[in-house]
Amino acid sequence: MPTADPVVSAIAEKYRNNPTYVLQILRETQEALDWISPETVETVAAQLKIPRTRVQSVLQFYSFLYDKPRGRYRILFADNITDRMAGNIALFEHMLSRLKLKRGEVSSDGQVSVDLTSDTGMCDQGPAMLVNNRAIPRLTMRRIDEICALVKERVPLEEWPADYFRVEDNIRRRETLLTSIAPGVALDAAIARGRQGMLDEIKRSNVRGRGGAGFPMGTKWEGARNAPGAERYIVCNADEGEPGTFKDRVLLNSFSVRVLEGMAIAGYATGATKGFIYLRGEYKHLQAKLQREIDEMRASGRLGASIRGAPGFDFDIEIHMGAGGYICGEGTAMVESLEGKPGRPRVRPPSMVQVGYRGKPTVVDNVESLAHATEIAVEGGAHFAKRGTRFSTGTKLLSISGDCERPGVYEYQFGVTIGRVLEDCGAKAISAVQIGGASGVLLTPDDFSRRIAFEDVPTAGAFMVFGPDRDIFEVARNFAQFFAHESCGFCTPCRVGTTVQRNIMEKIAEGRGSRYEINELKRVVAFMQRTSHCGLGETAGNAVRDALSKFRPAFERRLRAKDFEPAIDLERALEPARRITGRDDAEAHLETES
Amino acid sequence: MAETTFTIDEMPIPFTPGQTILEAAKAAGIYIPHLCYHPELKAHGGCKMCTVLVNGRPQTACTQKAAAGQEVDVDTPELNAMRRTLVQMLFIEGNHFCPGCEKSGACQLQALGYEYEMLTPHFVELYPERKVDASHPDVLIEFNRCVLCELCVRASRDIDHKEVFGIAGRGRDAHLVVNSPTGKLGDSALAVTDRAVQVCPVGAIIVKRVGFAAAPIGERIYDKSPISAEVDVNESSEAR
Amino acid sequence: MSTAGQEKVKVRLATTSLAGCFGCHMSFLDIDERLFELAEIAEFDRSPLTDIKHCGPCDIALIEGGVCNTDNVHVVRELRANAKILVAVGACAINGGLPALRNKLDVNAILTQVYRDPKTGEPCVPNSPELPLPLDMVYPVNEIVRVDYSLPGCPPSGDAIWKFLTDLILGRMPRLDYSLLNYD
Repeated sequence: MPTADPVVSAIAEKYRNNPTYVLQILRETQEALDWISPETVETVAAQLKIPRTRVQSVLQFYSFLYDKPRGRYRILFADNITDRMAGNIALFEHMLSRLKLKRGEVSSDGQVSVDLTSDTGMCDQGPAMLVNNRAIPRLTMRRIDEICALVKERVPLEEWPADYFRVEDNIRRRETLLTSIAPGVALDAAIARGRQGMLDEIKRSNVRGRGGAGFPMGTKWEGARNAPGAERYIVCNADEGEPGTFKDRVLLNSFSVRVLEGMAIAGYATGATKGFIYLRGEYKHLQAKLQREIDEMRASGRLGASIRGAPGFDFDIEIHMGAGGYICGEGTAMVESLEGKPGRPRVRPPSMVQVGYRGKPTVVDNVESLAHATEIAVEGGAHFAKRGTRFSTGTKLLSISGDCERPGVYEYQFGVTIGRVLEDCGAKAISAVQIGGASGVLLTPDDFSRRIAFEDVPTAGAFMVFGPDRDIFEVARNFAQFFAHESCGFCTPCRVGTTVQRNIMEKIAEGRGSRYEINELKRVVAFMQRTSHCGLGETAGNAVRDALSKFRPAFERRLRAKDFEPAIDLERALEPARRITGRDDAEAHLETES
Repeated sequence: MAETTFTIDEMPIPFTPGQTILEAAKAAGIYIPHLCYHPELKAHGGCKMCTVLVNGRPQTACTQKAAAGQEVDVDTPELNAMRRTLVQMLFIEGNHFCPGCEKSGACQLQALGYEYEMLTPHFVELYPERKVDASHPDVLIEFNRCVLCELCVRASRDIDHKEVFGIAGRGRDAHLVVNSPTGKLGDSALAVTDRAVQVCPVGAIIVKRVGFAAAPIGERIYDKSPISAEVDVNESSEAR
Repeated sequence: MSTAGQEKVKVRLATTSLAGCFGCHMSFLDIDERLFELAEIAEFDRSPLTDIKHCGPCDIALIEGGVCNTDNVHVVRELRANAKILVAVGACAINGGLPALRNKLDVNAILTQVYRDPKTGEPCVPNSPELPLPLDMVYPVNEIVRVDYSLPGCPPSGDAIWKFLTDLILGRMPRLDYSLLNYD
């Protein structure tokens, strides 16, 4: 039995030593101790009475948990393609050189480490970084210098200028969703309709899930409501990990009343009494504010028992923090993560509405979908359905970033053309738009008359704009790196395929590609799409596929004019032996074959 | 009308409610390839070898329940090519050097390579750096050969009730971990008689002091007949 | 058109062994009396059997062994440039095989461990330009040049080599029966 660390013990006690909360316990322990040592693993395992391997499996799954010392300041630069376009790599390298560090390495005084991470949901105000999970957007060289000085002087993070951490909403266009509804109004409206009435209105509205898949929300709610058993759960998917999206960040920041009351309405209509907000680790800056809002709702009778005096309308909400893992945005992976496990997607069927959180019927809905529930409660489903198109009712938030004058969040009725959106955000002379994030589609001007709608171009809202000078190969390469990093490792095709895809893209990027690699890419992309366990693997090759078919010259100009190139860089492979033998004669080199 | 059959490659197959496609096929003497499936253990569905087309859609036969009227494709050129690619990916992901492996001839990964006529792993080798754990007196783990099927994880948890193994890490970093204070097998509760030791389909968990003595080349299980002939023999490659 | 009176054009074969053990070549000899049959239809270019040092244009090249140094690279390039069909033969040519077990070790650590001055015990790695410089790892042939076919086995049996070769020479897609397909 390891000696119990009082810090760890106190945190575990706070969660009643419940193993379901192991991820939360590890997160908070790391905030106190900077990393999770093997001794901490032993303590947590012993205190929660679970095998240490379960603690390890969680610790090593999430990007923001460290099983090796990482320093007091753990700095991660966001590395989405939009951050790259905004010059994040120059800033990153500047910081490394100022702090005399290599990527991912801890400084000799054990104070600081600097590395890259996936998109952090700040594409409209990048380049961005996370310091101990706190977001700092709008980085400049000067800001980097200032931060280096603060780090060197060991100024506690809490004392850094508050302005650094200011995150803007950047709302550029509003319709009905980006409009406040006074606290309690939507809840009262739902209560007036009754549980069945509320469900009927959701069905009547034809509102479809805003997370991208577009599953009818009414069908989902009804499925959970009709599933056997008394215990049900609502999960608000606030993981927003798709590169290029950030609209949920804005909803959670400025329209949290609508999101939280939307969750309660979902509870009311389905009979669930407990809700979770699964908040991505990158949005830690929103946690305290949301918690205050939840506490305030509880105090004012908008959460808790008999909400707004309606007998039996009991509902409460708990925030669950993520810790870096794109896959947790997938519904079943999210529920696994909520249960204190690695976020690996489950085998389906059964569906979540039958067997979800802790085996109980569970509704997982996107932040934006749940916010719409308040609108439907107030105005009714038929009214809601008048907006948008026949198959895609209501409005949609778009997260617009990249080469445009006014990046930010735009609300449109479904059916808006891509051309119109580009015009509104001040995007001129565009060569391509990536819609739906890394897993989405790459569209060129020929497609700009197409519409944002589930029946035409579906999207969870990411809308990244690329001007004529952008190299689309680099876009696809960035996304290939992203998927190789984010694959959960559960199934063979995605675990290996995303790495194979990434390695081929790197080979081409180094100028060592040939036609052979192009054919291999096509093959691997099709293979992953066909055989992967979940949507991550199925879509992991989309960006490469689209870039290949629409921007072939971006690949061609990097290829050697041959049909085959060695898999490896032969000159690099000889380097170690040249060093040890001190040789540099002609025979100690391998020229590229002409 | 109470239908109790579905079809595999256009042949009617009977099933009992609750049976998976893989189980029903097995009962009917039809081979569906698999690596991470074991009849004694809860299905996993990760290796994807048992992918079949159910009414045209790819599904894992080890997790998908049989249903009346389903049309299932198992033995098609497209699916078999896909299975070969899966085996190739598993080969390049680890360090699989058959000539030096005690399990050779009784290894299911190798046998699947033979079944789907894999002549080369094709993809660029990843040559990962993995260590061997020989700390246990009777059993060693050759992590180089692990294919992450999680059979040992499940067997140790659900049959041996010891939970000696787990999977940690994400994506390409996913790896088997041992539940002991040092992380070493020798300090764990594993016994050589554990089911977890026997279910390994490859040469990752090896019983010491057996070596290549199990059977001479030519007499080993897959020397004599292909893995697809195994359909009605319960996991015959085990512990050889 | 008749070919009577003309000498039959023979298939030209080249073979080589790189980072391997020559076991595949020994297995090749295991085709035994079929060598006479082979001699009827084929002749050898560069091969340990002929001691021809450099390859000319040929039809089929069989490569045994992985690629571990500069010389190996030159050889596979020469065979690739000259052969219409290039075959990786045996486990080492296909995935590095046993020599690739060194791949997880640092090549410099190996060299300084192996080459020591007998008197002082200090490392003295030979550095003559005549010696082929080792690569950082042992690579499968298909990672260095394009390979057309692979014939697995450690070694492939004489029967497997015969079947594969005769299929190729007769213009058939080479196909190995279950009993001929082995990785060990």
